[in-house]
Amino acid sequence: MSEKQDTDIKEKETVKAPALQAAVSPHLSNTSFTTRRMMIDVLIALVPVVGMAVYIFQWYAVKQLLICLVSCLAAEAIFIKMRGKAFTLTDCSAAITGIILGLSLPGPAPWYIGFIASFVAIGIGKVIYGGLGMNIFNPAMVGRAFVMIAFAGSMAASGYLDAQSTVDAITQATPLDLFKQAGTTTPLMALFVGTTNGSLGEISAIACLVGGLFLCLRRTASWEIPAGVLVAVAVLGGISDLVTPDSKWTVIHHIFGGALLFGAFYIATDPVTSPLAPIGKFIFGLGTGAIIMLLRIFSGYPEGVMFAVLFMNALTPLINHWTIPKPFGAVKEEAEA
Amino acid sequence: MGLKLDGFEGQGTFGKGVHPSDQKGFSSDVPIEVIPSPAKVVLPLSQHIGAPCESIVKAKQEVILGEVVGKNTAFVSAPIHAPINGKVLKPVKVTLPSGRHVSAIPIKAEGDQADGKALLDDILGGDWPKDCAENYEPKAISEAINNAGIVGLGGAAFPTHVKIMPNEERPIDALLINGCECEPYLTPDDRLMIEFPGSIISGALLAGCAVGAKEIVIGIEANKPKAVEIMKKAADGTKIKIAVLKTKYPQGSEKHLIKAVMNRKVPPGGLPIDVAAAVSNVGTAAAIAGAVLRGKPLTHRIVCVTGSGINTPKNLFVPMGISYQELIDFCGGLKEDAARIISGGPMMGFAFTDLNAPVTKGTSGVTVLTRDDVKKADETACVRCGRCVDVCPLYLVPSKLAIGSRYKNPSVLERYHITTCLECGCCAYTCPASLPIVQLVRAGKALIMAQSKK
Repeated sequence: MSEKQDTDIKEKETVKAPALQAAVSPHLSNTSFTTRRMMIDVLIALVPVVGMAVYIFQWYAVKQLLICLVSCLAAEAIFIKMRGKAFTLTDCSAAITGIILGLSLPGPAPWYIGFIASFVAIGIGKVIYGGLGMNIFNPAMVGRAFVMIAFAGSMAASGYLDAQSTVDAITQATPLDLFKQAGTTTPLMALFVGTTNGSLGEISAIACLVGGLFLCLRRTASWEIPAGVLVAVAVLGGISDLVTPDSKWTVIHHIFGGALLFGAFYIATDPVTSPLAPIGKFIFGLGTGAIIMLLRIFSGYPEGVMFAVLFMNALTPLINHWTIPKPFGAVKEEAEA
Repeated sequence: MGLKLDGFEGQGTFGKGVHPSDQKGFSSDVPIEVIPSPAKVVLPLSQHIGAPCESIVKAKQEVILGEVVGKNTAFVSAPIHAPINGKVLKPVKVTLPSGRHVSAIPIKAEGDQADGKALLDDILGGDWPKDCAENYEPKAISEAINNAGIVGLGGAAFPTHVKIMPNEERPIDALLINGCECEPYLTPDDRLMIEFPGSIISGALLAGCAVGAKEIVIGIEANKPKAVEIMKKAADGTKIKIAVLKTKYPQGSEKHLIKAVMNRKVPPGGLPIDVAAAVSNVGTAAAIAGAVLRGKPLTHRIVCVTGSGINTPKNLFVPMGISYQELIDFCGGLKEDAARIISGGPMMGFAFTDLNAPVTKGTSGVTVLTRDDVKKADETACVRCGRCVDVCPLYLVPSKLAIGSRYKNPSVLERYHITTCLECGCCAYTCPASLPIVQLVRAGKALIMAQSKK
């Protein structure tokens, strides 16, 4: 029998029979949505934010973004090679980390800030855990947290300022700092359009909204996360408005000002470091929003997005554990389709 | 949307799932054709879920069409009948597309064979009564089903008499006849409904009588308007209702059909009877009618040979035990770029390469896909995007199951309910990282099984 089969196979090969494959089901896949496509979506969504940063900060933004982008790609290449793994630059994830990191830095920060932050982000933030998909903390925020503590001067409120600069935005304090130090409120329109000082990517609310909504519509970012952040900020900001009715910094300022929208749409939505199930994603968003408000209102820092995201990253495994969905038909079902 | 079926709470659909392109066009308009009687058939003794049959024939013994050759040895089992006239050869071992090695009885054709349209008409054609059910005792119907060796023809091949039997302690509210055919490409159920609706109606009435069902509903996906219209006409004057369901994969899964029609949820590890339902495929219903009303055992079935990798896609009426090679040859052979031959549909079917394998009772079709069809992106790291969670129709977390299986961690697998998974493939279909989630889940299940045996 087997002999006959062998000859059969040989015969078939000579008449150029199709090469048949054995594989596990399913035999179809949705090829329109791949990991690479997700990464490209993020890069597309970053276009308005990067555009606004370059428009307002000009050379400062170009320099900072290039430093971070090139350093992150270099760091990825070096560290991956050190670990003896396959080349991974084509998955675009290091590029995204670089751009988001660059966008989260102040324009005037010296070159070594972005350089060091990039190597920390990729090395300690990602590759050390095993590369893409394995890291616990958002790599860009790990890099930023490192330089924020190591180079407190360049990253604090004064680091955003350069009185001699020819770029207007750089000569003023950031809106959150202005309010924290002097009680001066920046006009909403300036926050919305983004004609203020701040980290490169955070200034324009409208640019973050446009790119962020694109990400949510593509389902590349889960809408549950920014929704959770916004709900928490709206509720806590609303309470704060009620408690201190004469404060000029209203809940709307909280939403449009600082890195809130940038963080909610681009940083907190990193799928690797956020929960899996929809309900968990929403809880993650709520927690992030709540911590941002606590830090903004009660801490010495004017802004809290970075620490809020890092803290919630640490809670993600726990949130996943709490929000294991009940299987179809299981008793005591809570979530109903 | 909403189903709005009198007396039923179902919304005509279920939560989550995916929408692959249905690709039915290859064979949906091709009438059922009877394949010429083969020179030889090979009948595996295990064509169903449950205990394998015992051969009751010897080599050189002459058998005729419909004669029992394999006897059922347990309650959950089904006898096997000769699909042709001929002479029994020495028993052999065959490998089914699923990878199972089973013993089989080969029969060499001898003498005249029932063939062509006459055979098809004899088994499925002609008039089918709509008032048949009253003349039969429930128990007699169940016995006839058992003797005819009928198993679920939708693909699972579970012995039908085990489901379709009177059970006074656990009454059935509704018998659902499954005409969803949610797998892309497959068309045999669609063609059966279009060409032989009467047999399904009679079979459904008989099965309904056997289980004492208050209601009978035939569920059909909305992408088969012709079948819906014909079945509605055929059901006229009976108590059978037709439910038009949303086209979504896996609508034809037993649990999801019950959810879509009755808005009831079968618990994990449970059976339809736990929610007072019974489910049977349209092909099975037709076979029940043939067994009870005409005394026909299950010797033939409808299969489609379809896909972009086959020259002339067809719906065929074939004897059990015929080789896949013969089906493919009869359909003009494979195209040059054919890459994968699948027993069943592309979402849950088995890809195999040994075309000498025989067709069994559970073979619903042969799907031949080309290199382009099966192309998928290279596997990347899981980025925990949660898309698999968004589509899992059983509300599981497939990525956790994949990781738990990859790192051989049974406690993760159990915590995330691996045994509930029906391996429908929605997760792997969707996964942007192209992870072989279903393969990992199967390995994970094997891991759990091995552990529980210790």
